[in-house]
Amino acid sequence: MTTPGAFRVASWSLTAYRRFWRLNLLSSLVQPMLYLLGLGVGVGSLVDRNVGSGDVLGSVSYVAFVAPGLLITTAMALGAGESMWPVMGGLTWQRGYHGIAATELEARDIVLGHATWMAVRCGIAAAAVALALACFGETRSWGLIPGVLVAILVGLSFAMPIMAFSIGVKLDGAFAGVQRFLIIPLFLFGGAFYPLTQLPTLVQWIAKFFPLWHGVVVARDFSLGTVDWPGVAGHLAYISVWIAAGIWVATVRLRGKLYP
Amino acid sequence: MRVWRRNYSGRATRRKYYRPSMTEPLIVAENLRKRFGEFTAVDGIDVQVQKGEAFGFLGPNGAGKSSTMRMIACVSPVTSGHLRVFGLDPATHGAAIRRRIGVVPQLDTLDVELSVQENLWLYGRFFDLPRAEAKRRAAELLEFAQLTERAKSVVETLSGGMKRRLSIARSLINEPELLLLDEPTTGLDPQARHVLWDRLYRLKQQGVTLVLTTHYMDEAEQLCDRLVVMDQGKIVAEGSPRSLIEQYATREVLELRFAADGNEAAFPKLEGIGDRQELLPDRVLVYADDGEHALAEAHRRGLEPESALVRRASLEDVFLLLTGRSLVD
Repeated sequence: MTTPGAFRVASWSLTAYRRFWRLNLLSSLVQPMLYLLGLGVGVGSLVDRNVGSGDVLGSVSYVAFVAPGLLITTAMALGAGESMWPVMGGLTWQRGYHGIAATELEARDIVLGHATWMAVRCGIAAAAVALALACFGETRSWGLIPGVLVAILVGLSFAMPIMAFSIGVKLDGAFAGVQRFLIIPLFLFGGAFYPLTQLPTLVQWIAKFFPLWHGVVVARDFSLGTVDWPGVAGHLAYISVWIAAGIWVATVRLRGKLYP
Repeated sequence: MRVWRRNYSGRATRRKYYRPSMTEPLIVAENLRKRFGEFTAVDGIDVQVQKGEAFGFLGPNGAGKSSTMRMIACVSPVTSGHLRVFGLDPATHGAAIRRRIGVVPQLDTLDVELSVQENLWLYGRFFDLPRAEAKRRAAELLEFAQLTERAKSVVETLSGGMKRRLSIARSLINEPELLLLDEPTTGLDPQARHVLWDRLYRLKQQGVTLVLTTHYMDEAEQLCDRLVVMDQGKIVAEGSPRSLIEQYATREVLELRFAADGNEAAFPKLEGIGDRQELLPDRVLVYADDGEHALAEAHRRGLEPESALVRRASLEDVFLLLTGRSLVD
């Protein structure tokens, strides 16, 4: 019985993670709490007092509306960040990928190993956020559990295409660009903190092109108990297309890099 | 050390693979080529490496040594020609070949944030060794690489020579039948190089086939039973270090250094002494079977070099004679 190559590669990342998991887990817990307090107490008290806000938010408090957004954006940020510098490190700096390519494993195993590890990391981070959310009555919901699974998918839908991108990057300055022009705008305009309908149509379409909004909608449906199953299926399928395309392109590009 | 040998030599494993074809070479390359776009890195070479041999690719930077090694290691597709490793085609059996070889790349690919032993364990995991087996082999290899005391150190804190030894130890975790070393001692100080050579010599004695590239003459002379000299993608000579020196150089070499700009002026006056003369930027070489005699003749002709040295001919001289260029620029 052989261990799948992806798991062998992921065990490398796991070993490295064990060196800093405590600190990492703590920050995964504390950060959403800060957001919740800031947005809930600050922004939320303003929004909820505003006549008509209930119609836009779907008759829930602002904090309850934002909570699933926090779950999903956390996974996005983690999946994206962990697929930039670490990927470049594997190829160019520490060259660990070349070390793996010299064994019986190959590019596909490295890409699937990264995906496996990203699923684990996003799962851990999203579970920490869910735990933080469960501490407050307004955001506590069984829907957080499927929400964590959605967060894993969204994390992968950013991790894998960005891994494909990072494989071709020559200077790590490009990563700051991805953060500034993709991740932060999606964080702000991706439907996590207010409904997309508040934005101009063109911006709405741009936001809907990326997988974040789809994940936020599904997670919100789950946590608010307003699940529309065909809609959920459609959104998850769209997210999965991003993951599959990312894996495919990353594998082809990595093969080209490792076996020139 | 004895424990390590008993476990490592693993004769049973190797015999299993080789019984049907004891005479078949481990590596066969015929008219092997590698092109990168317009640039031809390897230009139609023929090479055979036998089991148990220590074989070297010698040449300056850019001669095509590393490209050849990467094709043998199945991490670079062959452009044209024939290549078989263990009788298998790298194009179709890359993973199967890589499972049976160890690779020490030119640049270390260690995880510098992990400990020495973690690097070994994880590499064992890539070959799907059970955790306990990976740990057992790692302990033996640490002993072999003289790194046992640093087992728990983070790799970043190791010296260059230690990192290189760890790379070699790591490449042995799958008990390879063939070890490929790409410039194993480049950038190391003399003492670290000698330690490394000693370890490689032990491996050879244990029956591991070694294939290495180097641009160091002394390294090739120390380690290789047989070698090819490469230049601009082609093989320009082949043989044992001794036979190459005998074939292409004289027994001894007289090195003369003259005062500022004196080398060029003195060069014509040396004509006829020894077998041939070579003018280098910083010195003049006279190839002669009797160096002392050649020096006496030079003195008789009224030449007064600032320094004169008679030494044995080396592969450096072979390379110089074959290509007209010196190896290390």
